[in-house]
Amino acid sequence: MGALRQLSRIGRNLRWIRPWLVLAIAVGLWQLWASGHDSPFFPPPSVIFPQMHQLWFSGPASHLFLTHDATTNVVPSVVRVLISLGICIVIAVPLGIALGRSATVTAFLSPLLEFARSIPVVTAAPVFIALFKFGTQEELATIVAGSIWPLLLNTIDGASSVDPVQLETARAFRLSPWQRLTRLILPSSLPKIFTGLRLSLSLSLILMIFSELVGATSGIGYEMSNASNNFELPAFWAVLVLLGILGYVLNAILYGVEKSSLRWHRGARQGVQ
Amino acid sequence: MFRNLKPPGSPRALRWVQGIAGIVAFLILAEVIGLFIPTSVLPRASSVLWQVVRLAGNTGFLGDMGATLEAWVFAMLITVLIGVPVGLFLGSVPGVRYATRAVIEFLRPVPSVALVLLVTLLLGENLRMSVTLMVYGAIWPVLYNCLAGLDDVDPVARETMRAFGFGRLAVIRYVSLPSSAPFIATGIRIASSVAIILNISAGYLTGSLGGSNIGAYIADLSNGPGNIPTILAATVWAGILGVVLNALLLLAERRLIPWHRARFGVGQESAAASTAVTDSAVADTAVTASAA
Repeated sequence: MGALRQLSRIGRNLRWIRPWLVLAIAVGLWQLWASGHDSPFFPPPSVIFPQMHQLWFSGPASHLFLTHDATTNVVPSVVRVLISLGICIVIAVPLGIALGRSATVTAFLSPLLEFARSIPVVTAAPVFIALFKFGTQEELATIVAGSIWPLLLNTIDGASSVDPVQLETARAFRLSPWQRLTRLILPSSLPKIFTGLRLSLSLSLILMIFSELVGATSGIGYEMSNASNNFELPAFWAVLVLLGILGYVLNAILYGVEKSSLRWHRGARQGVQ
Repeated sequence: MFRNLKPPGSPRALRWVQGIAGIVAFLILAEVIGLFIPTSVLPRASSVLWQVVRLAGNTGFLGDMGATLEAWVFAMLITVLIGVPVGLFLGSVPGVRYATRAVIEFLRPVPSVALVLLVTLLLGENLRMSVTLMVYGAIWPVLYNCLAGLDDVDPVARETMRAFGFGRLAVIRYVSLPSSAPFIATGIRIASSVAIILNISAGYLTGSLGGSNIGAYIADLSNGPGNIPTILAATVWAGILGVVLNALLLLAERRLIPWHRARFGVGQESAAASTAVTDSAVADTAVTASAA
């Protein structure tokens, strides 16, 4: 009996392996299918992974095995996404909290915001190209203009739905406006802010690729459009797989930050129930 | 859209007036700022507005807008027909969802814009290419909101059904589906805006060779000089299209699932307490809540 229980406990601890096992099986099936069909459009993983290694990770040890290509294309793209997210946070969080706490101003602005959110920023690409310096500046402007909306709208909503009883309590205890902001409004908007941030992250990845496809001389998207123009499909697929991994890692990091900064939130919710 | 912000007793008409006042104020502000900036850098708001009006009578542009709309209809039908059943399956069979998590988490972040080039090589530049991309991008919100909706199903109701001897399918049909319908509807609305963005990006990237749509129209314009006001006007129309489609979907949602409002509209506090917020901007919560 004891041994059985121990076994099942080991089984439970190994649960995390299952998704990865399924992923490995999927990659294996792809390998089987692709090597059977031999289609130039769908190279098997056995071609893609060596290609990725050769493209990015076969550099000298002094550069952490990163190749020149990795430092000139992959790193700048990631940096662009991170800087854009930073700009989004710096603009959207203060603005969103200010708007969220002012019902009247938001009443005037909400149709404008709703409209701005619906505009596909990609159509404004020619305008950004005309307005900003071609290159990094224009790319950052495109990414920020496209990905700021979920963060802004979620922050507004978070700040506007602070529990009124808690607000009254804070006032009754004579908390200064600054204390109310940092102790109550900001923390209680944080779950919504993180939700917005996640959406902004995935949008910013899309816009990073788009802005680099349209006009850039470096970056993952640039590398991708080169590969497809030269019909180098293994290189193209290598970039696709890299994008999947990149998105996964960035999401996982954000999830980690969210979990550690919202630890109190889950506890409070469970306490209510 | 920000329901919690509505000042108590504020009539709908007042909100309309305020909203329109906001838009007018914005336009005036943009026009005034435009006076100090050379038009070659930033066109005047008034000239953009004039182009917006002119585009409405431009048959070429209207045809392109119709093409975008056509692709949107196809893409949304396919997205719903695939996304909802798959979402319900993943969400109701224990273990499957957990097991497929890694695969989904790697597929989801691949930006569908990146697939434009591949799909163009495979299918050529046509409606099928555009619709394929739109479905790839639009299916994730539907899928994730299905899962979030199923997470939110009252376990007591589900267990009661099971206790009365109903099978798994009956439970899905009579409890899980109706209870997660509001989530699914929100997912469909998010999917709709994603689909429009992808249609336009694909059109912009492949140009008018790939058939007509708003993106291709803008790509053509961007080759000529002095077209910035028209480009911005086309962008405004793309935005209007998005707003109108969103409003139509919202209307359909309210008609088809009236219990939605009864559940979330009145009991605001409880809606805020769970992650089940259903307003457009915010409902994206569901997307991420289940991604965890």
